[in-house]
Amino acid sequence: MDTFQETIFKLKHYWSDRGAIIQEPYDVEVGAGTMCPETFLRVLGPKPYRVAYVQPSRRPADGRYGENPNRLYKHQQLQVILKPTPDDIIDQYLGSLEAIGIDLSKHDLKLEEDNWESPTLGAWGIGWQVMLDGMEVTQFTYFQQCGGIDLELVPAEITYGLERLVAFLQGVESVYDIEWAKGVKYSEVRLADEVQFSVYNFETANVDRLWRLLGEYEAEAKDLLAKYADAENKQRFPVLATYDNVLKCSHLFNLLDARGAISVTERVGVIKRVRDLAVGTAKIWNDQQTASLDKNQAEVSA
Amino acid sequence: MSLDFLLEIGTEEIPHWMIPSALDQLSKLDLFGAKVNVDATPRRLVVWAAGLPERTPDSEQVVKGPPVTSGDKAAEGFAKKQGADVSTLRKAGNYYELVKRVEGRAVCDILAETLPAAILGIQWPKTMFWTGGKNSPRFIRPIRWMVAMLGDQVIPFEIAGVKTGNLTRGHRRMGQPTISVTPHNFEAELRKNGVILSSNERREKIAADITALGAKPDAELLETLTFITELPSAIRGDFNPDYLALPAEVLTEVMRYHQKYFAVESAPGKLAPHFVAVLNTSGDPDGLVKQGNERVLRARFNDARFFWDVDQAHPLGDRVEDLAKVTFQAKLGSYKEKTDRTVALVKELGGDAHAQRAALLAKCDLTTEMVKEFTDLQGVIGGLYARAQGEHEEVAKAIYEHYQPLSMDDTIPSTRTGQIVALADKLDTLRGCFNVGLIPSGSKDPFALRRAAQGVVKILVEAKFDLKLDALTSGALYDFMLERIQHYFREVRGYKYDEVNAVLKAGVTTLADVEARLAAVARVRPTPNFEPLAASFKRINNILKQANFSGGTVDAKLLEAGPEQDLYAAYRALAEDAPLEQVANLRPQVDQYFDDIMVNAPDEKVRFNRLSMLSDMLRKFSTIADFSEIVTSGEQK
Repeated sequence: MDTFQETIFKLKHYWSDRGAIIQEPYDVEVGAGTMCPETFLRVLGPKPYRVAYVQPSRRPADGRYGENPNRLYKHQQLQVILKPTPDDIIDQYLGSLEAIGIDLSKHDLKLEEDNWESPTLGAWGIGWQVMLDGMEVTQFTYFQQCGGIDLELVPAEITYGLERLVAFLQGVESVYDIEWAKGVKYSEVRLADEVQFSVYNFETANVDRLWRLLGEYEAEAKDLLAKYADAENKQRFPVLATYDNVLKCSHLFNLLDARGAISVTERVGVIKRVRDLAVGTAKIWNDQQTASLDKNQAEVSA
Repeated sequence: MSLDFLLEIGTEEIPHWMIPSALDQLSKLDLFGAKVNVDATPRRLVVWAAGLPERTPDSEQVVKGPPVTSGDKAAEGFAKKQGADVSTLRKAGNYYELVKRVEGRAVCDILAETLPAAILGIQWPKTMFWTGGKNSPRFIRPIRWMVAMLGDQVIPFEIAGVKTGNLTRGHRRMGQPTISVTPHNFEAELRKNGVILSSNERREKIAADITALGAKPDAELLETLTFITELPSAIRGDFNPDYLALPAEVLTEVMRYHQKYFAVESAPGKLAPHFVAVLNTSGDPDGLVKQGNERVLRARFNDARFFWDVDQAHPLGDRVEDLAKVTFQAKLGSYKEKTDRTVALVKELGGDAHAQRAALLAKCDLTTEMVKEFTDLQGVIGGLYARAQGEHEEVAKAIYEHYQPLSMDDTIPSTRTGQIVALADKLDTLRGCFNVGLIPSGSKDPFALRRAAQGVVKILVEAKFDLKLDALTSGALYDFMLERIQHYFREVRGYKYDEVNAVLKAGVTTLADVEARLAAVARVRPTPNFEPLAASFKRINNILKQANFSGGTVDAKLLEAGPEQDLYAAYRALAEDAPLEQVANLRPQVDQYFDDIMVNAPDEKVRFNRLSMLSDMLRKFSTIADFSEIVTSGEQK
């Protein structure tokens, strides 16, 4: 039986063999692997891209003080982006399940409709949840729009929920009983995070300060967005840094939400503030990509 | 020679609920008069037909030319333009015309041209693009292969880079990935490769398998599973009987909606610790699938138990203030504000302390872990929690049922308390949304206001509330409610549309009154005198309208002896609320009146008096229904 980390190694290898760059987790808090620049920004524009990475995903409101066997404040996703989508994508995906030791001839597999939408990212896609013996092991999405922009090359996004998948492979009832490395349980690695961040997110985070931080990160992102138009050298413009500030805003919003600090009337407004930043960043990223393409073409023809 | 036709659109898994409509559209394909057969699995839409012609017949086309009078030059010019010799023109009346012979075409060629548009023209609720940008072809899911054949020949065309051929694909795990087929052996080859093409056969197989395993029948779930599987089989799994301590509503919700399992009952209404799952494969020889599904269900039930325990630590009564953080609608504020309004409305409608308490707690379950996870159980969970937390049974039941009726077929809440709370909740939603301009238009009704209004109508009628419609609603909402009232009495209660119109036109007070009047009209409708009388009433209406008559007092002395005095006496003898059967009995007098009496008498005073009498009679019997709205058999189209 493979440990948690061995299953991750195998999946990374599998996708590496199929031409994916293996990225390391992004180092700014995100609620899902989709929000990482490796997905959110790279799916835009005409450049093909293949990438796979594990992303610890923080959802403050999902914390359960480590008491619920299946629910986590921070869970790990293995995110795969294949842009454009290869024709045999589903077969490749099924191959990845075989690669981690699932003999599909002995299991029941169904693809059930599940479309994905993120109002904060101005993004949506069409897809399925992949059900293996009645358990959702993967979310599969063909992105159609991201940051309010229609995509030029439709990517497939494959998101494996690693805890759930490995709990299934190891036949354990609680994610905390997963064997992470030989002789080391998931609880030994992660339980303290779950308890302490639940306490912080629900009880002790300083609401006023979080609001101020949200305002600061928003101001920084806004400033940058405003400066792009006049930037002389678009290639050097820190679009990526702009996006980090957007991610900070998104995470602070989630924290404030978990803390119960966002009133009904504020909520819609704050979501819109974050979406405006995300959409604005997608727009300048796309522009920057196109500008670089034009430049390359100019160089080729010169 | 006649040829067999086969089209298979091979896709990635199509959402089950969209398949029947797609098949219906494909069944309307024009295949040169041949009978069109369709069927599907989640991965393929298939059309086949026998007896297509190889070619369409040759035909003639007549092209009209210039007038004969315009001379030879014009005729020559016309012939040249048509690529014909002028000698082949013939005269038809005053014009030249040319009979062109149109050669028949190979059906294969025609299909190659028309099928791509027919395939891409299927209407889906939501489509996607997958090959290029948003201007590339759209379909419900990516098309990965296509079989298109006429006889042994492939009909050549291409969609989104996929070319037609004679190669199909089997079941993802039970079949070959590439199978060469003909229209003749297609279904048999699929079967050999783990695919039952016939949805009927899959449906029957699932029904038989699950029945053998003791599943409780569920037609909707059966339909879903028919279109989620290519090769269905069923297994029975078990769960720990300790979970039966959880409410059956929660267990069923988990099994049915989250896991698509059939429940198993030990006695009617009593769940047994088993479930039946339908697989998309031939079976479960090693028991791994059973084990896996049991594990998932255990985790789900554990979650539910965990939610239940956590939720009890914070009773509904303590959650009212938390509703301030739950959005009802952006322009209408929070559920706390909605709750305050609903409680006030319940009071206004005469709700007692229990009803007010139920209204106060009704939305509190929205803040519970259980409802966040199982949103369809809103209301139900509130009711169960209220009972568990020692609220009065009347309160618990009212909360449990306050979303009812969810559809036209659903029942209204079973208690008066529940009816008042449900009524107030829906009315508040309707008033609030209409106030801020969120009014349904066409198919757009994001807040399900039609359903809410339908619920209000159903409750008002069926619970016999003594509440007048104009006291509950006004303006655009009043008109909206009228539409729903018409809809309800026609579609749910089966009254004819003209009966409903006639009764509503006579005025709307309480809906119980509307119902009583409708019943009276429907009862008298089949009697022989009624429709002719209705026709006469319509005639009277027209006469009064033409005369621009606005009313007057009848002077009995001016009435002629005979039919006029007879009718006057007859209708005056009836009470205003006389049963319609008695009103209908006026027919002989009315008929006699119109046979003998000229309403537009030359003497102005007589004429005025006659109009006054007709108007008086019409008014007197129009409190139940406006009979001029009744469509009589002579008028029916």
